Amino acid sequence: MQIHDNPALKAEARNLNFYYGEAKALKGINMPIYDKKVTALIGPSGCGKSTYLRSFNRMHDLYPGNRYEGEIRFFPDNTNLLSPEVDPIEVRMRVGMVFQKPNPFPKSIFENVAYGLRVRGENNKRVLDDKVESALRGAAIWEEVKDRLNELASNLSGGQQQRLCIARALATDPELLLFDEPTSALDPIATAAIEELVHELKKRVTILIVTHNMQQAARVSDYTAYMFLGEMIEFGKTDEIFIKPKDKRTEDYITGRMG
Amino acid sequence: MNDSQHLSSQFDEDLTRLRTTVLQMGGLVETQVSSAIEAYGTGEVSSVKHIVDTDRKVNDLELAIDDDCAHLIAKRQPAASDLRLVFGISKIVTDLERAGDEAKKIAKGVRRIYEAGQMPSQYGIGVRHIAEAALGMLRQALDAFARLDTELAVKVIQADANVDTEFKSIMRQLITHMMEDPRTITTSIDIIWIARAVERIGDHAKNVAEHVVYIVEGRDIRHPAKESKA
Repeated sequence: MQIHDNPALKAEARNLNFYYGEAKALKGINMPIYDKKVTALIGPSGCGKSTYLRSFNRMHDLYPGNRYEGEIRFFPDNTNLLSPEVDPIEVRMRVGMVFQKPNPFPKSIFENVAYGLRVRGENNKRVLDDKVESALRGAAIWEEVKDRLNELASNLSGGQQQRLCIARALATDPELLLFDEPTSALDPIATAAIEELVHELKKRVTILIVTHNMQQAARVSDYTAYMFLGEMIEFGKTDEIFIKPKDKRTEDYITGRMG
Repeated sequence: MNDSQHLSSQFDEDLTRLRTTVLQMGGLVETQVSSAIEAYGTGEVSSVKHIVDTDRKVNDLELAIDDDCAHLIAKRQPAASDLRLVFGISKIVTDLERAGDEAKKIAKGVRRIYEAGQMPSQYGIGVRHIAEAALGMLRQALDAFARLDTELAVKVIQADANVDTEFKSIMRQLITHMMEDPRTITTSIDIIWIARAVERIGDHAKNVAEHVVYIVEGRDIRHPAKESKA
């Protein structure tokens, strides 16, 4: 796992274990997340990649019986995101999440994006206007919605809703964005728009993306991690993983040989 | 190389067929080269037409294989060892086709020499020897591809240096001939063209062997001198 000329670390999993009650879903994960890079998590269903992704913004805290061991260090301040002393709400301000299916709130387009800011206590109309516009621009949807900000978000198309959700995640200026299969419910055109957006977003934010679409991982990511049965099998530069993986299990998965 | 089966048996069949077709094409080129060498030794000018005809089949196979590669990439988006195989094959067929062209050049040169009433053997030049060496390299390169055998591929790559050295020595001998007796110039030049074609066949065999190493190990070992300088 020697990789030279690496960029700065944004986060790092250290000996991360995770349990759903008795079931151990993550087994001793060690992995760097590089700053302002896209890292893709691939692996068959049930391999733990979504579980791993969700650990980064403490999504598992919502259910009793879930338990973390180990650390996820977040830089530059070297905070352990999993520490009980760290407030999950604060974590989620820094680590945004976009889900598989677009899940806009039953509110207007504007209010969807302003939501996180309002939670933070921001009520100044001008600040909200500015931040909402900037987030919508960041998510490459401003031109499509600028004249209908007060319409219900549910009126938008699936692809637009997903970009709205990205804008909502961007509004709080997160440092890390988590994408959980963000395009699996979208058509190829909307998918291409999201992939293009990911490419733009990595100029300002670090991205961790779970995808079942291997070509998508190859297209959008700088680094790829292959997971299997809760373990991190191989982590490396995407260019290397897709041309010459080191581990036969990775090779079998990405070439479609896995039973 | 990965010999487990794909989830899609159709994909396995496509890849197997692709490899078989490459070997079929390689077999044709091998025949072209060996017939050309044969003709050089015996003056069997009648086989020249056959070599030229075979070249058309080789060209058709090159096009068909490249087309199959393009379809396979579009349909299957191969990755890792599969990608290297498809990519490597597309390069191998280019080298095979060119080796076939060189065989054709040899055949035509042979015809010119014999039709002029000359015998290459009069010149006592070791063309046959390097031609056998180049043919051996081509055979081994194809074997290395068939078995995905990198050890054999490396042997082929190393053998190329000998062919290059012998080619230079033939050049020197022929230059001496031409200086001694200008009447030999026409035939000498034909022999130089033939020796040159043989040397190129060795180069193409070496390239095929390099592609085999890339397919199996993912290492691109072309242009090593450049790398060591860097």
